Amino acid sequence: MGQIRLNEVSKSFGDVEVIRPLDLEISDGEFVVFVGPSGCGKSTLLRLIAGLEDVTSGRIEIDGADATAVPPAKRRLAMVFQSYALYPHMSVRKNIAFPLRMAGLGKDEQMRKVEAAAKTLNLTEYLDRRPRQLSGGQRQRVAIGRAIVRDPTAFLFDEPLSNLDAALRVNMRLEISELHQNLETTMVYVTHDQVEAMTMAEKIVVLQEGVIEQVGSPMELYSAPRNRFVAGFIGSPTMNFANGEKAAGHGAHSIGIRPEHLSISTTDGAWRGTVGVAEHLGSDTYLYVHLADGQGTFTVRAGGEYGASHGDTVYLTPDPAKIHRFDAAGLRIE
Amino acid sequence: MPTQHSRVKARLMISPAVLLLLGWMLIPLGLTVYFSLLRYNLLMPGMEQWTGLTNYRYFLTDPAFFDALRNTLVLVVGVLAITVIGGVLLALLLDQPIWGQGIVRVLVIAPFFIMPTVSALVWKNMFMNPVSGLFAHAAKGLGLEPFDFLAHAPLFSIILMVSWQWLPFATLILLTALQSLDSEQLEASEMDGANYVNRFFFIVLPHLARAITVVILIQTIFLLSIFAEILVTTTGGPGTATTNLTFLIYAQSLLHFDVGGGAAGGIIAIILANIVAIFLMRMIGKNLDA
Repeated sequence: MGQIRLNEVSKSFGDVEVIRPLDLEISDGEFVVFVGPSGCGKSTLLRLIAGLEDVTSGRIEIDGADATAVPPAKRRLAMVFQSYALYPHMSVRKNIAFPLRMAGLGKDEQMRKVEAAAKTLNLTEYLDRRPRQLSGGQRQRVAIGRAIVRDPTAFLFDEPLSNLDAALRVNMRLEISELHQNLETTMVYVTHDQVEAMTMAEKIVVLQEGVIEQVGSPMELYSAPRNRFVAGFIGSPTMNFANGEKAAGHGAHSIGIRPEHLSISTTDGAWRGTVGVAEHLGSDTYLYVHLADGQGTFTVRAGGEYGASHGDTVYLTPDPAKIHRFDAAGLRIE
Repeated sequence: MPTQHSRVKARLMISPAVLLLLGWMLIPLGLTVYFSLLRYNLLMPGMEQWTGLTNYRYFLTDPAFFDALRNTLVLVVGVLAITVIGGVLLALLLDQPIWGQGIVRVLVIAPFFIMPTVSALVWKNMFMNPVSGLFAHAAKGLGLEPFDFLAHAPLFSIILMVSWQWLPFATLILLTALQSLDSEQLEASEMDGANYVNRFFFIVLPHLARAITVVILIQTIFLLSIFAEILVTTTGGPGTATTNLTFLIYAQSLLHFDVGGGAAGGIIAIILANIVAIFLMRMIGKNLDA
């Protein structure tokens, strides 16, 4: 079991309200990602669930029982920290065994569980090393190992990949996803990286300034963002927005169109512009097109072989079915 | 990378400093060794004569020497125990967010700035004096007999004074070490089910190990040569109850006017201090390796 329910939960530090009262339900076995720009309160929300911060008001339920005043150790949650928070003076074995030791398990039982966790995470060879003798990815795995030996009802991850280099991050992302498939335990994952959110999550919670902007599956957020913020935050490269005349034509205050939903032509199209920068990624080419009417720069995804360069005149045409329309308050118009 | 040429020049240029330091060390040491081999009494100036190792034999067979050795040991170990344990506890307290933290920290450090002679006199006359001291007043207030600290527990009293002076040093070093502890580690251990006591013994104390080592090493060096506190309070007495090695050497040379014997004692003290240093480095120096 690993069901978590937040009811009117808020958090203030002094006069600053970091989390406005919010409701959220995380069902058993779900992989939920909290995503948002830095300072949006996503880590604070996670720490509230973990019990490392006290809620200012509201109620947290874990598996149906009120956990608002329960100390962190008793919530049966395991957390993986951004800095891994390994104990530097203990070997990997002792690090992983630490929660079991605190729980008062016998030595044999401890060792059996540590070996099992180490096997899952490919750490068996490193059990007798100290954390400082390990690479970033290995440390990350030890931190996860320390979390899984406790057999928790849910895992909490606080930006666990942000200290790793790009290649390793992709690997660890897969490993964590795979771990979730195998364990089928609830996981709550905090990140500022929308790519991580899109690739790993079953449910994404987009936060901004302590308010939940939208909750939904990755594809829901991608295809039907509830407002301009979510539309701009989810998707890479980010959505192009246009106001005024272009939007009025579609009966909206502003419209958004993703780079992959614009078609490009050198002869004719809806909007004329000149290519500023062309980024050739091999599989795709991203063109940054300065619109001729002076209404900003649009990003366009073109095929990998697309041979445009700086200064070329191009025409962009949006896919009419994929235009997102927003009203004056930034909310989506269906 | 320095070239051969620049290395030679560099050596040439630092050589005056090195030579000065070498002379600074070797001349007094050489003179002490020389004096320790003479029969050299200040009451009979001009009558120095070669006696070989007689001074050493007398010093080492003097019953006061063994008392002094024991007292030195008790003094050092006692002060170390009080300052390290007290320092850890005080550092834990000062690490808490409290109102007026800055002022409290300055106050805690204050004893370190007071001259040993002054602090010893304050302790002797204002606190421990059996007639007019504060402790005597407190005891009388409680209806108890005032305790004459310096007469009945002289070594303990000295340990108390020296500990009071060195506690700030230990606290300061341990506090900075405590502040460098990653708070996520503490939170992680909290999530792992460690209560406050467990967190202290499994996370905080191992983190402080290196700082504690530094405190012990530095303090030992200074505590082996405690002198002022003894001179202004008990002058080594009653009997030899508070005579440590340093004070014994002083007494030998300047109270008994036996420069030769004092010099021999000095050489023995150097040897002992080096033995202690070697043992200390063997025992706890490995904590200093990164």
